[in-house]
Amino acid sequence: MKSLRRFFERLFSSATRQTQEERLREEIDEHITLQTAENLRAGLSPVEARRQAMLKFGGVEAMKQDYRAERGLPLIEDLLQDLRFALRVLRKSPSFAAVAIVTLAVAIGANAVVFSIVNALILNPLHVPHAESLYAIQHGNEASLSQSYPDYLDLRDRNRTLEGLAAGNGAQVGLDTGENPSRAWINEVSGNYFDVLGIQPYLGRLIHESDERGPNSAPYIVLSYAYWRNHFAGDRSAVGRVVQVNKHPFTIVGVAPPDFHGTLVFFNPDFYMPIVNAEQVEPQNHLNERGHRWVFMTLGHVKPGATVAQAVADLNSIGSYLEKTYPQDDDKRSFTLARPSLYGDLLGKPMRAFMTALMLLAGLILVAACANLGSLFAARAADRSREVALRLALGARRSRVLRQLFTEALLLSAIGGVVGIWASVFALRGLSTWQPFARWPIYLTVTPDANVYGVAVLLTLSSGFLFGAVPVRQVLHTDPYEIVKSGSLGKVGRRLSVRELALVVEIAICAVLVTSSFVAVRGLIRSLHSNFGFEPRDAMLADTDLTMGGYSGESVPQMQKRMIDALKRIPGVKSAGLIDAAPLASGGFTGGLAFTDETTDLRPGNAAADAYQFSISPEYFEAAGTALLSGRVFSWHDDKGAPAVAVVNQEFARKVFGSVAKAMGSYFKKRDGTRVQVVGIVGNGEYSSLTEDPEPAMFLPILQSPSTQTYFVVRSRRDAGQLVAAIRNAVHELDAGQPLYVEPWSQAVSGPMFGPRMAALSLGVLGAMAAMLSITGIFGVAAYAVSKRLRELGIRMALGAQRKEVLQAALGRAIKLLSFGSAAGLLLGIFASRVLASIVYQATSRDPLVLTGTVLTMALLGLIATWIPAQRALSVDPAILLREE
Amino acid sequence: MVLKTLDVLGPLHGYGIARRIEQISGDLLAVNQGTLYPVLLKLEQEGAITSDWGASENNRRARFYRLTREGRKQLQVETQDWEQTAAIIGRFFEVKAEDLS
Repeated sequence: MKSLRRFFERLFSSATRQTQEERLREEIDEHITLQTAENLRAGLSPVEARRQAMLKFGGVEAMKQDYRAERGLPLIEDLLQDLRFALRVLRKSPSFAAVAIVTLAVAIGANAVVFSIVNALILNPLHVPHAESLYAIQHGNEASLSQSYPDYLDLRDRNRTLEGLAAGNGAQVGLDTGENPSRAWINEVSGNYFDVLGIQPYLGRLIHESDERGPNSAPYIVLSYAYWRNHFAGDRSAVGRVVQVNKHPFTIVGVAPPDFHGTLVFFNPDFYMPIVNAEQVEPQNHLNERGHRWVFMTLGHVKPGATVAQAVADLNSIGSYLEKTYPQDDDKRSFTLARPSLYGDLLGKPMRAFMTALMLLAGLILVAACANLGSLFAARAADRSREVALRLALGARRSRVLRQLFTEALLLSAIGGVVGIWASVFALRGLSTWQPFARWPIYLTVTPDANVYGVAVLLTLSSGFLFGAVPVRQVLHTDPYEIVKSGSLGKVGRRLSVRELALVVEIAICAVLVTSSFVAVRGLIRSLHSNFGFEPRDAMLADTDLTMGGYSGESVPQMQKRMIDALKRIPGVKSAGLIDAAPLASGGFTGGLAFTDETTDLRPGNAAADAYQFSISPEYFEAAGTALLSGRVFSWHDDKGAPAVAVVNQEFARKVFGSVAKAMGSYFKKRDGTRVQVVGIVGNGEYSSLTEDPEPAMFLPILQSPSTQTYFVVRSRRDAGQLVAAIRNAVHELDAGQPLYVEPWSQAVSGPMFGPRMAALSLGVLGAMAAMLSITGIFGVAAYAVSKRLRELGIRMALGAQRKEVLQAALGRAIKLLSFGSAAGLLLGIFASRVLASIVYQATSRDPLVLTGTVLTMALLGLIATWIPAQRALSVDPAILLREE
Repeated sequence: MVLKTLDVLGPLHGYGIARRIEQISGDLLAVNQGTLYPVLLKLEQEGAITSDWGASENNRRARFYRLTREGRKQLQVETQDWEQTAAIIGRFFEVKAEDLS
């Protein structure tokens, strides 16, 4: 209590130093006057009286010092003094300060960003109460979480170790609110979903178990907060409205809370509907099929008191019961528990590994930055050895000098840290709004929380101490006598020091990254001009699913044909066709096994090819710009009543029939035994990714192999904006409630380009960071070398050395390190690009452009890094220098 | 000592305190008078004493130190502590060998 009070008094008096000093002076004056008066009365002469008074009082200055120490907080006052001094010193060398701050800002910013993502993805992914006991049920033998609905019901009702088991399944539906029907992503949830997770509504109510009374009994939906804000303008009266979901009426009963995005961390559904109504939105009804695992995820809290192992054992006993009772549906049913947020181990394992690697990398960047700044600091300490020596000679304690140096380092790291954190907040804001796939609600909301700021501050402080510690030994060994007498002259080592070796490695890594990013960019550019097997330019994709408009059975192909006819009538449209899954634009391709005509045992192992299977309308090839090599395309007469036919690609022909020539007119068998005749051959293409090897593909007539999933391909040279509107109108004239998503094919192709683009981008970012670190590293070494040998250089110049020789002496070592590192890095980069080839289209580093680009970049880095030290070495004025020493 | 002096004599300025301590101790404790001021400051920061400007005997501005209620309490506690300590030490000096047998 007393000491606390004293602390505040001292803190306060630190601020009011001026008046306090005045008061003390006055008191001392008074004291001495009084003592002098007393002495006078005792009969001393005035001069002697004052002298005696002073003697009796003791050392005034020493007493003042004590008084000050008692009054304020010397630690803080010293710190402020040091800070002021550090600011003055840094202002005198702005280039050093700028380099240090930018390096630290980038390194700390990178760490903050990476840690924020780790925090959002792994440490604190779901904003639900008691997330630590929330687990999803995963199959024991494979990293899959999906269950059939009847199995889910058994697992829910028979287990005794989970507090309720909820189920969720993502799906896409058409939502018609009365105006502009649109597609929406939903989560079909079990009635107990929100109650199991412990979610409270933001508005209205959520779905409860009591809503479930058999199939299609609960026509209620709960909007996500974001969807409510964006599509209902945050209108509170939206609750209670009736909307059409795939042409079935549903009532909006409530809005979920803002921070709840479902139970997969990056998948953000637009609304939630009861899974018992799934039949109304799915093409087929699987609610009663035990063999069909379509329920995406089941999850629940482990009961307090029960362990995970007990829960798994409990689930497995249910599994063996299911195995025995329903042997025909599923063979193996063993279970484990996994975290739901990253879909169990399927994404969780690689994600965790990836993020760990990223954290390590970011940490490495920070350590490298600290090492570089350490050598810069050492260079400065060497420059300032006279100043330090002088201070030591004047009686400063070594600890005080060190404290001053650390204050300088911490000041720099604090500024760098603040800038870095500020920048990372911006970067994260950009990342949160970034939706890599326009069609999918896949994004990650990352908001830095207290954890992130804490880690960033910790990193900032520790990096300050880390690089501040580098010159400590130098200071401790400073002998003021020697230095003031003779000026500093350190030994210039011939040996490669650890610090220099680290720099070579740094430069090599930088060169690898630069090479790889050049390779990636070149591959990216090349892949934009490659042959896809179709022509994405001037082609518009309009995709929809006819179940969203409430169509089924025979009405599907009829409607599709009417829509194609309507699209063809749009002025300026050259051709229009449809395919069930557009190459390079959609996921969900159908695979089809093909057997030779002679095969009688149609087991998967006997198949001649596992091919992509597409259902197309007759006009598709023309609209897609795919060239027919031989044979014919389909007509609308290739229907259910006509013989089964197919158009195949060259790879299919080669695999199943041996050659293109043999394929024409021949038959192959499908899995169900149907004999199909090949009537046409088309060229190979890329279907699901740009880097895949030629894959076999068969195209079947849409009338013989119907599909509700529909991608209309419309070829036209008209302006894209007008064309989009015209396509919408044409379809909505036929059915105003049919949602439609229209985009140019060339834009849709960006989906499969995502991988290579990300690779190029992240390599670029890493390359830039590595380049920056190399620059500061070389800068540090060069600056150190120059400042240590400044006197020598001055003498050489005075003796008539040429500029070239001076530069060679000053920077030779730095340049040598740079060339070593670059050469090693370039060689490694050439090998590394083989790895890149799996992501980036036709990646090769044996490309003269790549090689020259890398060499030029590294040379440029060297130039930038050595510019300032070189200037300093050249501007040495021997006269001034020698006089100074 | 400072507290006791102020307790007995009422408000005093720094010089006064120094003189009194010298007188009471019979000039045996003649340390540098300057060392008094840091002590005064510490006591003031702890709240045991408070100070105001006032006029000294020869009508000059001087700072007068006064005991606060808290200071009085502190004095009591310290007096007790001291007496206890002195009593214990005293007993050690009085003790004789035969007393312990």
